[in-house]
Amino acid sequence: MKLSRRDFLKISGIGGLVFSTGLSGARVLAQAGGADEFYFIQLSDTHWGFNNLKFNADPEGTLPKAVATINSLQHKPDFVVFTGDLTHTTDDPEERRRRMKQFKSIAERLEVAQVRYLPGEHDAALDAGAAYQEFFGDTHYEFSHRGVNFIALDNVSDPRARLGDAQLKRLQSKMAELDHAQPLVVFAHRPLFPLRPDWDWATADGEQAIQLLMSHPRVTVFYGHIHQEHHQQTGHIAHHSAKSLIFPLAPPTSAGKKFKVAWDQQQPYAGLGVRQVGLSEKRAVAEIEELQIKT
Amino acid sequence: MWPLLLAVAASSCTTLSGNEDPPRVVTLEARRFAYTPAVIELNKDQPVILELISKDGLHGFNAPQLGLRSDVAPQAPARLSFTPHEKGRFLFHCDIFCGSGHDEMSGEIVVVD
Ligand SMILES: [Cu+2]
Repeated sequence: MKLSRRDFLKISGIGGLVFSTGLSGARVLAQAGGADEFYFIQLSDTHWGFNNLKFNADPEGTLPKAVATINSLQHKPDFVVFTGDLTHTTDDPEERRRRMKQFKSIAERLEVAQVRYLPGEHDAALDAGAAYQEFFGDTHYEFSHRGVNFIALDNVSDPRARLGDAQLKRLQSKMAELDHAQPLVVFAHRPLFPLRPDWDWATADGEQAIQLLMSHPRVTVFYGHIHQEHHQQTGHIAHHSAKSLIFPLAPPTSAGKKFKVAWDQQQPYAGLGVRQVGLSEKRAVAEIEELQIKT
Repeated sequence: MWPLLLAVAASSCTTLSGNEDPPRVVTLEARRFAYTPAVIELNKDQPVILELISKDGLHGFNAPQLGLRSDVAPQAPARLSFTPHEKGRFLFHCDIFCGSGHDEMSGEIVVVD
């Protein structure tokens, strides 16, 4: 039987404490759940270097505040992952590296065992990921953690937003190796499914990746790019996009052109945030909880 | 979720049936980070040749609701021939990442009677 977070908290007898102190479900799972429960944090679209105050009146403070929010958590995540657009793009290769260096020095203040990175098109599309790799390593990779397999895909280093044949081939052989008894979590910057193609919210060859992923019974995809929370299924695969840490974009149901949501002085940092994801080898569905950044 | 493909991308040697008008040629210029014109008004059922040219580097032209896409390169204009058969407003955007304003590089095709 799958317990909801609320059920879990009730059963564990710490629900009141949890809600009154604002402790999150994912952390509670890590604290009081089975030994195999763990959680990680997803951050996305920090766009370091973006400085239009109309859309973020605190462009240099938002990321440090998110880092401080995570560092203040009583129970630390096993790792933090940034799903792309770490920096805002620039034509100047030196400025790009300056932004990456600054971004990385802030991200490294996270008091967690490991910080993982993925590129977004702003980081990697103008130089095929060259600067990104100098600072953050491979643009796509795999790892496993406590009985869960992870695959980070790169659908941004090609300015045409393609994974490309080489990466699809690698995904295919990886999928053949995976133990279906263990859950699979996929990270990417852009949505693999055509969420809103006329807003460029798609991956040119994403359908091929989804077809490969379909062979696995428990797949969850976490991505960014669209600067807001969004949840969608393609078959049995769940796709969850994360909020940005710079500005929200309009919801995909909006008519007309894509637009940024302006900063609201009455509600600063609204629409921005970080996400906790609780997982375990046995858990069928990832436990997701959105956290506001502390200001 | 999307309207049916409204336009049929025909070959550039479209044979004109009796009551169809000759193709109208519309030039669309791309430069970082805008298209000129940003809004293209077309007449329903009138064949069109869209001539795409870049004034700087490589861009894309993608109008997914119309089933149209092409690279937009400097020097060598690309041509897309089609006939819109449905009224409405259809977005197009640059789908080859081109820099800091790429996310805003878009336009609209408006098909009227
Ligand atoms: Cu462009």
